[in-house]
Amino acid sequence: MLGLRGSVGTVSEIGLRLLQNLSLRGVRVQCINIGGGVGEIPDSKRLRIALQHIHGIGRSRARQILAELSIENKLARELTGREAYSLREELSRYMTGHDLHNQVTKDIARLMEIQSYRGIRHSQGLPCRGQRTHTNARTWKGKAVAIPGKKKA
Amino acid sequence: MTRSLKKNPFVANHLLRKINKLNTKAEKEIIVTWSRASTIIPIMIGHTIAIHNGKEHLPIYITDRMVGHKLGEFVPTLNFRGHAKNDNRSRR
Repeated sequence: MLGLRGSVGTVSEIGLRLLQNLSLRGVRVQCINIGGGVGEIPDSKRLRIALQHIHGIGRSRARQILAELSIENKLARELTGREAYSLREELSRYMTGHDLHNQVTKDIARLMEIQSYRGIRHSQGLPCRGQRTHTNARTWKGKAVAIPGKKKA
Repeated sequence: MTRSLKKNPFVANHLLRKINKLNTKAEKEIIVTWSRASTIIPIMIGHTIAIHNGKEHLPIYITDRMVGHKLGEFVPTLNFRGHAKNDNRSRR
């Protein structure tokens, strides 16, 4: 999604804050690397929103993390080194980013391997939670294909 | 909603009785059942259970990775072979 054009790294006092320049439609976005393979969060947003840029952190978990660490909802670039460190510790308790992606793929692969109904539906590319497929289900089935020669009587 | 842990996983009594009986013996035979809603529990591993699909019983060998799923998940009740090709040509 984001093209990483060049990383001009300035490592701060404890080496946690790695500032990077990302180009996003010509606009430069500054990001803090929250390290540990978790990814980075945008610099210019408030923490409650910025944390949600990490895959696996949603609205409620972002709030919960900030409440537990008692960090106020300030801009991400205003984080002190100690706060960034504790935030990183806290984030490592959850499964996020690539780990989460891999786990989900693994779970689906397991369902397919044991040939359960859900696994079969996954391999067929159809919804697996009992939704109707007579109509709708377009997310799974893709764009509708017109049947040629079908006319009304 | 998940089932209460107090109650343990649901397994139909008649199926449980059959499996317990087979576990005491050394030999193995196919267990025929209609109970698709029963959960697969560890004592079933290694048995072959023939599960009803509404019409006939299909034998399924139970492996350890199936534990926690229901028996019916492994035997589809519908058999959709796809739409007939070019049937509008004949109607004209």
